[in-house]
This record gives sequence, C-alpha cells and structure tokens, in this order.
Amino acid sequence: MSVYREIAHNGLWKQNAILAQVLGLCPLLATSTSMVNAVSLGLATILVMAMSNFAVSMLRGFIPHEIRIPVFILVIASLVTVVDLLFNAYLHDLYLVLGIFIPLIVTNCIVLARVEAFAAKHSAGLAALDGAVMGVGFVWVIGLLGAIRELIGQGTLLSGIEMIIPGTHALQILPEDYPGFLIAILPPGAFFVLGLMIAARNWLDHRANERAKARLHAQQRLQTAP
Amino acid sequence: MSETTPLPETPPASALRIALRTAAILLAFTLVFTALMAGSYQLTQPVLRATAADAKRRLIAEVLPPADYDNDLLADAIDLPPTAELGTTEVTRLYRARKNGAPAALVFEAAAPDGYSGRIGLVLAVRADGRLAAVRVTQHKETPGLGDYIDPKKDKNKAAPWIAQFDGRSLEDPPAAKWRVKKDGGVFDQRAGATISARAVTHATARALAWALAHGEQLYRLPAGTAYQENRP
Repeated sequence: MSVYREIAHNGLWKQNAILAQVLGLCPLLATSTSMVNAVSLGLATILVMAMSNFAVSMLRGFIPHEIRIPVFILVIASLVTVVDLLFNAYLHDLYLVLGIFIPLIVTNCIVLARVEAFAAKHSAGLAALDGAVMGVGFVWVIGLLGAIRELIGQGTLLSGIEMIIPGTHALQILPEDYPGFLIAILPPGAFFVLGLMIAARNWLDHRANERAKARLHAQQRLQTAP
Repeated sequence: MSETTPLPETPPASALRIALRTAAILLAFTLVFTALMAGSYQLTQPVLRATAADAKRRLIAEVLPPADYDNDLLADAIDLPPTAELGTTEVTRLYRARKNGAPAALVFEAAAPDGYSGRIGLVLAVRADGRLAAVRVTQHKETPGLGDYIDPKKDKNKAAPWIAQFDGRSLEDPPAAKWRVKKDGGVFDQRAGATISARAVTHATARALAWALAHGEQLYRLPAGTAYQENRP
C-alpha cells in the first residue's frame, strides 16, 4: 500500500479519530446536535489540523524534545485564534453559527495527538495530508452523528442550512407532527448514538477479518489438496 | 537544537546552559506566534468593527422597523450603568430613535436573571407613547426544543412566534397586575413544560417597560455619548 493510501485509510477508517481512537469527544458532544453544525465544525477542524500539522512539521527541526508539548499547544492555539479572527471578519454569517465552537477546536485532543504522533516525525506535505485526512475522518463521523441525532430529535435534516446558504431550507424527513425526541438532542443522546456507531464499526471490522481468515483457509486447503 | 539526540555525558555546568537555551527557544516561539496573532488581529479589526455595527443595526431592526425613525441611531446613544430594574450587570448602550426631531423610541438591553438555566438577554424597543414596539431574546441557555421557543428563530410556530404577543403592548394593555403568564393569572401564553422561561421573559419585559416609562423623558434629553446617571436632576 502506498504511503498516501495508508494515510487515507488510517484517517478515514482504521485509525479514525472518533470511531477508533475515541478522541475529541468534547466538541463532538457539543456540536453534533444538528448536521449543519456538526459538518461546519468539522470543516473548521480540517483546516486547523492541516495547518497545525504543516506548521509543526516545518518547525520540527527547531523544537527541542523537552518542550515540544508546550510549543505544539502554542502553535495550535495561535492557529485557532487566527482562524477564529479570519472567520469572524470574512465569513461572518458562518461565524455566527460556529463562533462559539471554533475555540473548542483547541480542546480537541485529536489535533495535538496528530501533531505529536505524525507531524513531528514526517515531512510537511505528508503531515498536512495526514491532518486533512484525519479531519475528513472526523467530519464524516460527526456529520453522520449530527444527522442521526437531528433526525431522531427533530425529524429534520440540514436545519440551519439557510444561515450558510441563503435561499435553501431544511428537509422535513419525518411527518410535520413528529413530536421530537428530546434525548437525542441532549448530550446523553450523543453518547448513545456514538456508542452504536462504534459498535457498528467494530462489527464491520470483525466481519471483514472473519472473511479474510476464511479466504486464507480456503486457499491453504486448495494448496494442500492433492 | 536536535530533537532527540541523547545528551552526551554532560558536565553539570552545562545543564544550566541547556536549560537557558531551551527557555530561550520557548520564548522565541512565544514571541513569533504572539506576533502572528497580533498581526491577524490588526488586519481583521476594521472588518470586525464594521460587521459588529452591521449586526447591531440588524438586531435593532428586529425590534424597531427602520422606517419608524430618521436619525443615526447608532450615533444617538448613551451609556447606561448597571441597572437593577433592567437586570443588567454591565454598562450597556441605549439608543434613541427620533423622527423629525421628536422622540420615537428607546432601544436598550435588559436581562431576565431567572431563566431555567441562567440569564436570558433581551433587547427591547419602547415607543415614545409607552407601547412596546417589540422584544427579542439575544442570548439564552434554555433547554433546546423545550424552553428555547422564547427565541423566534427556534420557535416552531413561525407564523405567530411566542415572543410576538408582546408587540404593541403597554403597561395599560394589559394592566401591570396582568403582566404575567396565564398560569400565574396573567394574559400571556406559555408553552407546556417550559413555564419558567416564559415567566422570566414576561417579568423582565414588564420591569424594563416600567423603567423606560419612568425615566423616558430624561433619557431622550441627555446629550449623545454621555453616561446616564440615576437621580440626576
């Protein structure tokens, strides 16, 4: 497997930030109440992860081992601040939706984890790719989680989209008189849904392993057959 | 500056040097990244100030239609000290809307300290005739899907949002004693399961309205840009 494919596979599935490493639960719980919120935060996270991985990889020759963690945190916090300011100035409508979540990216330990585990040991290009792909892995999980919670909680999808793309509107999936299911919107609902998603991932992995094993056995039997 | 080279048998004297060098590197990083943040702050500041003014104008437009006044509202403002009747704990701004030079409305902030989960921030416009033009919730932490209907953006009833029932009301309509939610014997609706949020907003609105009536004349008279002081002759 080429190094790029491996990075992509790790980020999206095998080492997925949420499903495999179960990192970054704080922003995950706070923002996955609706699909639009979740995906928006995820997109900002991709940006910050790619930038911080790139920056740390560029600077890795100058960072003494003993003080690497404070320096990493400094880099990440500065970049988040800059992204926060730029969002506020140039994408203000989106900022009104995301504003309170952007500082939460600092608390997302997946950013620090990738900087420490990957960017500090690899070249800048690979590090930026790893950050972006890990971010995409975060987005699809948090987006799916947000969609499930929103659907169960309010019976809609994409509510709030009009704040990001004017002229569009939310999709009413369940009947108008759907009473809503509050717990899906509250933090416990996030844990329930996330737990089920992690279980589903483990089940899929387990099934894939079993199949690979069965195939191997079949091949061996063929080879040993007279 | 290599990252993982194990230190060769360092004589104790140089331990201090290493510590100093590490500290200097950390300091250098701090300076560079602080400069980066300060730079982006400087760069974005003019845009931020413009959007903030814009957002304020939009917020005011929600409680008071721009057609109802012809002065530069954002410039015709005075500072209010923290006021118990308004529930404010910081200095807030009060805007005076005028039409053809005559007082039209006061736009100011208030807060309900007794929401279900903490403070509920409000903005109100009170017309010169004592009627409330409108009140809106600016910030709250009420339970999503339950108490957050006080914010019309979250209210499921888009045609007649809950908060719109205050439009055009005054302290004579209904009389002050009836400025309560129906559950408490008043005239204002509440939604099942979340009376506390509705009660907090209703009471805070009544208090703010009474305050504006009591101090209105004085508030219109103060020169723009000054700070209002209670009990000033």
